[in-house]
Amino acid sequence: MVPIAYYLVLAAILFSIGAASFLIKRNIVTIFMSIELMLNAVNLTFVAFAHMWHQVQGQIFVFFVMVVAAAEAAVGLAIIIAIFRTRQTLNVDQINLMKN
Amino acid sequence: MPSQYLWLIPILPFTGFLLNGTLGRRLPRAAVTGIALLFTAIPAALVAWLWATMKAAGAPESISVVSRPWIAVSGFQVNFAFAVDHLTLIMLGVVTGVGFLIHLYSAGYMAHEEGYWRFFAYLNLFMFFMSVLVLAESFLLLFVGWEGVGLASYLLIGFYFTKDSAANAGKKAFIVNRIGDFGFLLAMFLLIAHFGSLSFTQVFASITAHPELQGGFLTAIALLLVLGAAGKSAQIPLYVWLPDAMEGPTPVSALIHAATMVTAGIYMVARCHTLFDRAPIALTVVACIGAATALFAATIGMVQHDIKRVLAYSTVSQLGYMFLACGVGAYGAGVFHLMTHAFFKALLFLSAGSVIHALSGEQDMRKMGGLRKKIPVTFWTMTMGVIAIAGIPPLAGFFSKDEILYQAFISPNPYGKLFWAVGLLTAGMTSFYMFRLWFKTFFGPEHVEEHASHDHHADAHFSHGVHESPWIMLFPLVILAILSIIGGWVGVPAALGGHNELEHFLEPVFATAAPITTEAASHGLELTLAAVSVATAAIGFFIALFFYWMRPGTIGRAVGGTKLYALVSNKFYIDELYGFLIITPLLAATRLVLDLLIDRGVVQGSGKAAGLATEGIGSLTRRMQSGNIRSYAGWLALGAAAVIVVMVFGRFWIF
Repeated sequence: MVPIAYYLVLAAILFSIGAASFLIKRNIVTIFMSIELMLNAVNLTFVAFAHMWHQVQGQIFVFFVMVVAAAEAAVGLAIIIAIFRTRQTLNVDQINLMKN
Repeated sequence: MPSQYLWLIPILPFTGFLLNGTLGRRLPRAAVTGIALLFTAIPAALVAWLWATMKAAGAPESISVVSRPWIAVSGFQVNFAFAVDHLTLIMLGVVTGVGFLIHLYSAGYMAHEEGYWRFFAYLNLFMFFMSVLVLAESFLLLFVGWEGVGLASYLLIGFYFTKDSAANAGKKAFIVNRIGDFGFLLAMFLLIAHFGSLSFTQVFASITAHPELQGGFLTAIALLLVLGAAGKSAQIPLYVWLPDAMEGPTPVSALIHAATMVTAGIYMVARCHTLFDRAPIALTVVACIGAATALFAATIGMVQHDIKRVLAYSTVSQLGYMFLACGVGAYGAGVFHLMTHAFFKALLFLSAGSVIHALSGEQDMRKMGGLRKKIPVTFWTMTMGVIAIAGIPPLAGFFSKDEILYQAFISPNPYGKLFWAVGLLTAGMTSFYMFRLWFKTFFGPEHVEEHASHDHHADAHFSHGVHESPWIMLFPLVILAILSIIGGWVGVPAALGGHNELEHFLEPVFATAAPITTEAASHGLELTLAAVSVATAAIGFFIALFFYWMRPGTIGRAVGGTKLYALVSNKFYIDELYGFLIITPLLAATRLVLDLLIDRGVVQGSGKAAGLATEGIGSLTRRMQSGNIRSYAGWLALGAAAVIVVMVFGRFWIF
């Protein structure tokens, strides 16, 4: 039986990587991926605790998160393609038409 | 009259004020007049009833009515209390009687004016406060009336508020009176501190009960009260507002600035005679102020050209007389002169108003003359007033003025003879300037062709030519003229075969005043003094006769260019002196301290500092709001991290 702490540490590492790359990266696709990474880190803690407490709610919640993430990915990728077609770039710092 | 009806005397004019003040604008003029006259006529009738009740045999010396407590703090209580004794009765008679006549006169005089309803609303307001003032049974309620008449006076002086001079005169009257009121307030504080009460009965009873109280703080209280009285009654050094107050409509000058309000100071001193009798220094100060004012104002009055200003200085001078009477302990004589003065000065002002009315607003006596035939009723009534004030027997002014001079002469005060001499000189000057006015206005060549529009009054009937006033104005004149003739007969001294009924009537009030000197022994002296003062008045008349009837113009050429004339005709430069000594430094201090330091320094400075601080903090913190999503996310992550840190480690810090 793997101790819960292992799952939590892994989830924390994944979340930190996701958060850090969200802050650092400029490419929209990478940012998008780092958001997915953070979501999955959270998912991991959900299933870990669900397993630990022998309760099913956590797993159900994970399914919800995955459904929402899939929907979000579909919409988000569509937006990204639309932006790339109009702006010929994926650098978030250059997508600043509304600024100033 | 049952005492509970006393409330009606002030309340009715107040109702009139409320009605005219709120609805007057929409009411027709006749309705406004009706309301104003009705609500002053009823109190006058009530006072007549009251008079009958109090004159009846066995009537109490004073009746009073007390409300529930008005102000009640630990150990100190003031009630709404009215009391009527014989002194109040005389004042009430003057206020409501003369007040009603002047209301009647105003209905004619103001007939063509803008703001007719406003005028009558203010007049009724004045009547309300004036009755409160004389009916009050405590210093505090008297002060309410005192301030209220000041307000009404301010509103009425500035009645033509579009005219700068009128608005300024109103402000001047109000501000100068504030100085006096400051003294009155301090006197009240001292009274509370020493007697724990402001009720007349209680304060005077405790003074009477402690014969060892002499001078000391009583002098302080009395002197502060004198300051208040000097403000209200236009005495040196606070008289400067009264001549300017002539900017108001003439009936206002007659009612407020001659007959009633300005006598409030004399009334107050007489009311507090118990206190003043224990403060001889204060009494001497009162007499000195009175004598100085009488002489000083009469001097200025001799060279004025504006008919109303002559009367204004005359009023100041006569008020000085009353002060002088109170100062030598002859309160009865002071009140007597107050009453007769109310009759003849109201008459003089109203006649002057009638002259001004006839000349379509002209007030300059140099442009008058020869009006004797044109306005005969005004001429004859004014003649009665002039003779009465000049002190020629048997008209009212003679008896009251003579009583004052006699009392000054025989008073135990070491300066008594000096006061008498000053009073006599003033009497001569009074006679001179009144006959000067008389001759200049009614005799000599006519100058009336030029219709100088000088007053607001002019506009309405510019083209009428010289005309006698309507009967609604002449009727009060005639009544007042009769009163000016017979008004003095209630106080004919024993030396002239009378009983001095007024003195006896007032005796219950002034019973504790200085002992009345033995009369029988001094009849000869009194007659001599009377003869001297009549002779003085006659000299004044003959001088006026010579210079303004027989040789008109000679005196103008003789003294016109001299420095002395310039000094007097510029009112001794007192206004300029006050301006230089008080107003300029005050303004400078205000600009420097209040404007520069407080207003621009502290107030504006703190505002600016707050603004700058906000700007500084903002310039730092606005960097957070960069518009860059990732920096927001960074702050978000930092905040979340901080929350986690607090949640995990916080318990160690807190507990």
